[in-house]
Amino acid sequence: MKSRYKIKGLDCANCAAELERSIQKLDGIENVSISFITQKLELEYDETRKEEIIKSVKKIIKKEEPDVIIEEV
Amino acid sequence: MKKKGIKIIIALILFCIALIVKFNNEWINNIIYIISYIIVGFEIVKKAVRNIFRGKVFDENFLMTVATIGAFCIGEFPEAVAVMLFYQIGELFQDYAVDKSRKSISNLMDIRPDYANIERDGKIQKVDPEDVKIGEIIIVKPGEKIPLDGCVIEGKSSLDTKALTGESLPREISEGEEVLSGCINLNGLIKVEVTKEFGESTVSKILDLVENASSKKSKSEHFITKFAAYYTPIVVIIAVILAIVPPLVIENAVFSDWLYRALSFLVVSCPCALVISIPLSFFGGIGGASKMGVLIKGSNYLEALANTEIVVFDKTGTLTEGVFEVQKVKAIDISVEELLKLTAYAENYSNHPISLSVKKAYNKEIDEKQIVKTQELSGRGIVATIGKKEILVGNEKLMKEKQINFEKCDDIGTILYVAIDKKYAGYILISDRIKEDSVKAISNLKKNNVKQTVMLTGDRKDVGERVAKQLGIDKVYTELLPDGKVEKVEELLKKKSEKGKLAFVGDGINDAPVLAISDIGIAMGGLGSDAAIEAADVVLMTDEPSKIVNAIQLSKKTMRIVKENIIFAILVKVIVLILSALGISTMWEAVFADVGVSILAIINALRVLRVKKIN
Repeated sequence: MKSRYKIKGLDCANCAAELERSIQKLDGIENVSISFITQKLELEYDETRKEEIIKSVKKIIKKEEPDVIIEEV
Repeated sequence: MKKKGIKIIIALILFCIALIVKFNNEWINNIIYIISYIIVGFEIVKKAVRNIFRGKVFDENFLMTVATIGAFCIGEFPEAVAVMLFYQIGELFQDYAVDKSRKSISNLMDIRPDYANIERDGKIQKVDPEDVKIGEIIIVKPGEKIPLDGCVIEGKSSLDTKALTGESLPREISEGEEVLSGCINLNGLIKVEVTKEFGESTVSKILDLVENASSKKSKSEHFITKFAAYYTPIVVIIAVILAIVPPLVIENAVFSDWLYRALSFLVVSCPCALVISIPLSFFGGIGGASKMGVLIKGSNYLEALANTEIVVFDKTGTLTEGVFEVQKVKAIDISVEELLKLTAYAENYSNHPISLSVKKAYNKEIDEKQIVKTQELSGRGIVATIGKKEILVGNEKLMKEKQINFEKCDDIGTILYVAIDKKYAGYILISDRIKEDSVKAISNLKKNNVKQTVMLTGDRKDVGERVAKQLGIDKVYTELLPDGKVEKVEELLKKKSEKGKLAFVGDGINDAPVLAISDIGIAMGGLGSDAAIEAADVVLMTDEPSKIVNAIQLSKKTMRIVKENIIFAILVKVIVLILSALGISTMWEAVFADVGVSILAIINALRVLRVKKIN
């Protein structure tokens, strides 16, 4: 399943790339893409575990980039 | 951003004072430096401290903080402030540039309608296009954007489709015709019955597609983020070694000298110049392409286009107009009118261009009750029962298969042989025109290093070969069934070089499987065709094949800029690293290698936005 989010407040392109790498490592994530320029986060994940996965993604964002706000599109 | 700018200016003034004025006590200068540093760098230091607790040591805030505080410790006050100051100026500029390019790209795509005029309770109201339902009537005044896809029920006008297609010629529309959201109504007032909700309308689909294109990342982007992931830690580790090992090993080495060199390393260790400029180039390229009426669905496809080696075209509707006209009807033992009628009845349910042209030539109401049965035989024709007659309409293969004794016709074009109750009754000659634009497209492809052009068609050998010859196409495969096209493309894919890409260009309606197996599937005439937009990687909004040439040129330009940036940034950084390690360059050069390179790379990336229509 694919979900898209608006991701605001990222400091730099490299932070986006680092965040992308950390999310990619999460269990259940098939693919992740963060575009610093369009401020978009695209997730592909195992649909059966949706809630758990979204929660862990949000947690890792909170940890690595506390100033970042994500909104559902 | 404004607040940050003011802080930088104040800090810069203080910095200049401390640098120029010689106070009696050196500490006065130093205190001014420190104040300047606090004004400009406090945010960074704060973030750095926070990051340490989260274990992010390779974060740029942290690196800058260590480098500048380190410089203070060894007494290099001006350098410490300058590094922070220029770093912040660079950041500010970077924010500005990214913001500006975001805006200029969204301006390119300025097709989103703000409102729809709708008649409710006898009054005309302005509402959000998202609130309009299918079947409602909207009113579009001259100068307004059409907010939703629909069908004109009243009025006449011409439409500016430039934002969608790049085409500057207005399109005339009148009652009964389909209109697409995103077009601008130029002169007449029209009433439109909405056929699609906003989310499904053309304008939403296009915007969605362009905005999400940057999610499909190119190889260059993957390379650069991977590079960054190794680059920073390696440089930082070398910096640590540089600070510790030489003072221990080399005789008479001064610790503070080596620490200074190590701190310069930290300044250069940030990979941001690369990480921002590469996606920015691709984003700009995709935006620029959409301005020309070419939608590219991912950075990866924009990258692939530059290496196009083989372009395979579908013939009908791609290189030719796809508008078939009946040129000649030859009837045997039956009137011309009757032959045309029976054929039109047999072809009634088919939407193939050939069938449409027959129906158009017949130009009378079709009484569907008389059509008892029709069956389409893929690649051969149609078998139908009309009234009590069995009609066979199709090509030579069909006639031979059904053992009809027919007369072969040598005219150039598509020939529909007709048999009534197993008896040959004559033929209808239909032919198609080559697009003027196609000739230009083929010759320009060659000029842009495309090695081979190929045409695939289900049409007869002589027709196909004649068209190919007129266009200057290298290779042609004729009389192909739909799966035959897939086979040929598979063969061609094996023949190309490893790096080269194969692009297939079709109308996107019947060639989804071929579009899917090609490296780059290009669908043409995408305006208003959901199927085409869905199936392809690149969508040409108009039906001009020469747009492919424009797309390839733009792709090459983008890739050139990407390569320039990668090489330039890495080269400068490596040189400055070596010079710093040897003690030849100072922290000033290190700041340039970080911030200066970042700024230059961004400026270079923005060049891609300047697209000229290339003919």
